[in-house]
Amino acid sequence: MTYQQPDSKGFYGRFGGQFVPETLMTAVLELDQAYRQAKEDPAFQAELAALLKHYVGRETPLYFAKRLTDHIGGAKIYLKREDLNHTGAHKINNALGQVLLAKRMGKKKIIAETGAGQHGVATATAAALFDMDCTIYMGEEDVARQSLNVFRMELLGAKVQPVTDGSRVLKDAVNAALRSWVANIEDTHYIMGSALGPAPFPEIVRDFQSVIGQEAKEQYAELTGGQLPDAVLACVGGGSNAIGLFYPFVNDQTVAMYGAEAAGLGLETDQHAATFAKGRPGILHGALMDVLQDEHGQIMEAFSISAGLDYPGIGPEHSYFREIGRASYHAITDEEALEAFRLLSRLEGIIPALESSHAIALTQKVAKDLGPDKSIIVCLSGRGDKDVNQVKERFEREGK
Amino acid sequence: MSRISDCFESLKERNRVALIPFVTAGDPDPDQTVPLMHAMVAAGADMIELGIPFSDPMADGPVIQRASERALEHGVTLRDVLAMVRRFRAENAGTPVILMGYLNPVEALGYERFAREAAECGVDGLLTVDIPPEEAEELITALRPQGIAPIFLISPTSTRERVKRICDAAEGYVYYVSVKGITGSADLSTEEVERRLKVIREITSLPVGVGFGIKDPETARAVAQVGDAVIVGSALIKRIEEHADQPGAMVSAVTELLAGMRSAMDSGC
Repeated sequence: MTYQQPDSKGFYGRFGGQFVPETLMTAVLELDQAYRQAKEDPAFQAELAALLKHYVGRETPLYFAKRLTDHIGGAKIYLKREDLNHTGAHKINNALGQVLLAKRMGKKKIIAETGAGQHGVATATAAALFDMDCTIYMGEEDVARQSLNVFRMELLGAKVQPVTDGSRVLKDAVNAALRSWVANIEDTHYIMGSALGPAPFPEIVRDFQSVIGQEAKEQYAELTGGQLPDAVLACVGGGSNAIGLFYPFVNDQTVAMYGAEAAGLGLETDQHAATFAKGRPGILHGALMDVLQDEHGQIMEAFSISAGLDYPGIGPEHSYFREIGRASYHAITDEEALEAFRLLSRLEGIIPALESSHAIALTQKVAKDLGPDKSIIVCLSGRGDKDVNQVKERFEREGK
Repeated sequence: MSRISDCFESLKERNRVALIPFVTAGDPDPDQTVPLMHAMVAAGADMIELGIPFSDPMADGPVIQRASERALEHGVTLRDVLAMVRRFRAENAGTPVILMGYLNPVEALGYERFAREAAECGVDGLLTVDIPPEEAEELITALRPQGIAPIFLISPTSTRERVKRICDAAEGYVYYVSVKGITGSADLSTEEVERRLKVIREITSLPVGVGFGIKDPETARAVAQVGDAVIVGSALIKRIEEHADQPGAMVSAVTELLAGMRSAMDSGC
């Protein structure tokens, strides 16, 4: 049976939906209508495709990582090189698509949330290109930790608004961006950075990120004379690079799907972002999805060495994939991710983002389990330049 | 008849408009909530909206966000909030109490269990701001048999079609959000509110409460000219915040503002 999600109400099975205040309903309904039209409009799709080719530098390579494969001694590992995109990560695929959509809707201003700053930089980039006013909401804690990315966004002409509410991290930045959107819906579009939020955001982000999986599928077929890989694998925070890689393979039942979530200091501690291992379904930021929460329904803070995975929820379509058994999700600790960070740098000359390092760490386990006759495509979602300072300090502290 | 409709009936007979204060349960600390509720009734409140503290209050401005944070520092849970209503009810059988908050704590307790326990404690209505009527069927199905009114927001941007859908799902009253924004934000425009309420009244016979942006007796009086209820939250919570360490002064500051609003509303133009 062909996979057809979400349904007309924005649900993936029981997950997703539009759990937003009435003050936002008009905005999400308007967005939904505009997106349906854009999706069917060849001119819109052509404009986006041209930008992805000439501005972002797509298509990105599908690279056979021979030394990593030999080192692990299991399945053949192919890296989908999203780190080679303009701005250094997959985030730009969605940011450009949504800025184009906002322009089409006649909006003049762009707002977005950011954690580490990758989505903020991508959004600021797209806004600069289209001469749109841009404000990025960023938790005060993250502003302090990621000063270089704050400077990048400002250099690109965006205003960075530090968020001092709540725990002052990514989830609070989402709240602040939603509040700002409520007050300015006529002229403002909110660019959700991951496959999260009220419908139609998870679908929009999935569709704009699906270029990852579409390209990978074609490239793999070309390399192998029309074959499919045995597995695809990506890291999941909100889950946008993962859904972008997975979705084009969803009807290919022989292709297994693996997601790597962040176990932080370990699942036995309370310092993790392992939403599937430790959370349960709940409502946050407009959708029903798996959420880290206490027994009374209060949302908990997430923790990961990787700011991009440091979010207490996961996109509703991943919750659905997990529930129907289409994908499986595994937790990777900070330590394992750091080991993988070093391993890929040494073996392949590629410094991965800490987010993507979680995917590499899980690949070590999965490739071994699959065995040498099989092959696996791994999304290398971003480059690690943004993380080298943090890792350097940590290695120095630990005397590594 | 429910306490909410009884209350609106009785006010109508006396040609009065309802005054509904909103405070967050457990702010500034759990022991002060029930005495504050009684004091607010004595100062002229006709019903009380009691906020369920939540970690991620995305429709609220900084004042109510901080109220939630203060309550959560005391570990106030939804069941604690229900217990407060039970204690209030022990001495007040008539004043309707409406819980207002976000869906996740209610979902975590379970809709049916919430409805049952809330009814036992004497709760009259529930307004979860992040559930539009489209998603509310299951919740409403749990609330109705227990006599708890599902209450919904109408916003300045709601289309006529949406207003109808909301009013079809709502009981008790509907809550018109008088400004485009979050709680405690910009000043409202009385003319705009009047124009929108006319449209809403063509669609429903439910009473219409007006909230968001009512700061002082003057705005309360103006809104009372057009609405069936005046809902005031952030302006009261600001006073709670200012006097968080002095329970006596806190109650006086809150009741003073409410009494001022009451008399401004009752004196008409």
